Amino acid sequence: MPTIRIDDTAAVGQTPKPLGLDLAWSKQAKAAIKDILARYPKERSRSATIPLLHLAQREFGGWLSVDAMQLVADTLNLPYIRVYEVATFYTMFNLKPVGKYHVQVCTNCACMVRGSDAIVQAVKEQAKIGELDDHHQGHSPCGTFTLTEVECLGACVGAPMMQVTAQNGASHYYTKLDAKQTKQILKDLKSKGVSELVDTPPADVDPISGGGYTS
Amino acid sequence: MTKKLPKLKLEDKCFPNLDGAGDWGIKGYQKRGGYKGLKKLLQTAPAEHIDKLKKSALRGRGGAGFSTGMKWSFMPKPEQSGKPHYLVCNADEGEPGTCKDRDILRNDPHTLVEGMIVGCYTLGAKAGYIYVRGEYYDESSRLNQAIREAYDAGFLGKNIQGTGVDVDVYVHLGAGAYICGEETALLESLEGKKGQPRLKPPFPAGFGLYGCPTTINNVETIAQVPPVLKHPLDWWTRWGRENNHGTKIFSISGSVNNPCNVEAPMSIPLRELIDEYAGGVIGGWDNLQAIIPGGSSTPILTKELAEQAIMDFDGLKPLGSSLGTAAVVVMNKDVDVLRVMTRIAAFYKHESCGQCTPCREGVGWVYRLMHRLAEGKGTADELDQLYAITKKIEGRTICAFADGAMWPVQGTLRHFRELFEEKLRDGK
Repeated sequence: MPTIRIDDTAAVGQTPKPLGLDLAWSKQAKAAIKDILARYPKERSRSATIPLLHLAQREFGGWLSVDAMQLVADTLNLPYIRVYEVATFYTMFNLKPVGKYHVQVCTNCACMVRGSDAIVQAVKEQAKIGELDDHHQGHSPCGTFTLTEVECLGACVGAPMMQVTAQNGASHYYTKLDAKQTKQILKDLKSKGVSELVDTPPADVDPISGGGYTS
Repeated sequence: MTKKLPKLKLEDKCFPNLDGAGDWGIKGYQKRGGYKGLKKLLQTAPAEHIDKLKKSALRGRGGAGFSTGMKWSFMPKPEQSGKPHYLVCNADEGEPGTCKDRDILRNDPHTLVEGMIVGCYTLGAKAGYIYVRGEYYDESSRLNQAIREAYDAGFLGKNIQGTGVDVDVYVHLGAGAYICGEETALLESLEGKKGQPRLKPPFPAGFGLYGCPTTINNVETIAQVPPVLKHPLDWWTRWGRENNHGTKIFSISGSVNNPCNVEAPMSIPLRELIDEYAGGVIGGWDNLQAIIPGGSSTPILTKELAEQAIMDFDGLKPLGSSLGTAAVVVMNKDVDVLRVMTRIAAFYKHESCGQCTPCREGVGWVYRLMHRLAEGKGTADELDQLYAITKKIEGRTICAFADGAMWPVQGTLRHFRELFEEKLRDGK
């Protein structure tokens, strides 16, 4: 798969173009698709749009190119626009490439009251991220981290908190943070790929595919 | 000072493992009494269950507070409708301040699974979907595991416990849209579309998921159904005032010494809730500035109002607010209330689904006005204009999102107008 620079992709609001990536599902993904489709009545396979977009995002580098969305559309026998309109509606779908770890810091009311400003600052310092763009997002120069300020993640009693999503889709909450811990988590992720400070150790089920948990 | 309410003992709780101290798996759940008596519930006539739910005054825990028994009675009988029925669990928790369902999903997921079994049976549904917000990734991993355990133990699938009842439960992950917590938007999303609310009527009980009769309930509501049905009625009705009975999870966050999710009796005074369970306001009660009593869309309360507040559906109405999801966000005097409220306005601007013009355009106007005023750049006229705009948006859209976006602004203008005026004076 060719390396894609962020500048190659269209901004939200413009129509992105196919990149000629020639994508195909892996063997595991094909098995997962079968399991996902079994959850819905036969004639209602459109219900699998969001699960398949999650799957595509994790399969193809943590974001959704036109090619990936087209593959989802072809798999579900839907017109491309039916998939594109869904992908653009939901915030978890990245329409541009993100770093290896997508750091999402909640800055809504409960987290703000308990000092999310310091957490955002700590991530910026540790990952060497400058000013955030209009979509409250910024990237580290090395491509390891993307920081996004997000809306309430529903862990308000653990404020301030953040969620880190890896390119393979595995996604963990980190709660009751301070600046020092935040930097430690980023250091751990960069060096070891995991951090022990994770809030909720998952079970051995992958929530998207239904198979084993991939961390 | 009135007498304090007793703290709930383990046997009084619907969620004994809410704090995550014990085993969240099926073994731990059964040790705590889970799945005991399930067989009997599946052999009792559904009409009896609905009747008991009506008497119990269990009201929807997702924010609207509608009687659960009443809602369930709107479903047609399966032999009349001739279509499959569905129970859909709304686990798309996203209202800022609210985080109770997350703790149920990760620390006591079997309470929800058992609720889905009983709910599906009562409503004549063979399949139930749990729509979990996409961000709850590790939480849904645990929920999936719990469902698997229930299948293996014979509590899900065909002919559950030899009763002839068939129930399948599936988890569907969302992808980050607050609006999908609105029940018809959730259905659209579950069908693989953009989460844009539907016009009602037709109501989901007649025309819901895939055009079939559907009931949508919050996680906490569904999980509380089995305990209500298993115990004698007064086990439940001894808590709370008339028509507000039972126990409820309160999420207390913000400027308190010990932010927590706690299951407590309904109708608990707000101050007692904060002092007894959350370690009090940081800097003491007198350092309190404002409280959001039920999630970001409920109007803010001043310290004086907070002292009178009784935490139930009918107790907060006279104070111009509501119980919502019982997510209490406390702000002491160190907090810039206007900045917090502007952030909440930004949240609604981000989350509007864009379907109705007053909301799509209006939430942006309101956010930009709030932002200017909170920075002291506006004019006194704009304060009145802001209020007028909120009144023109409220009630003019398909769903209640726009109302929920305007109430906090109105509440801020009602109780904290002097903060805006102070900024305007300083800004000059």
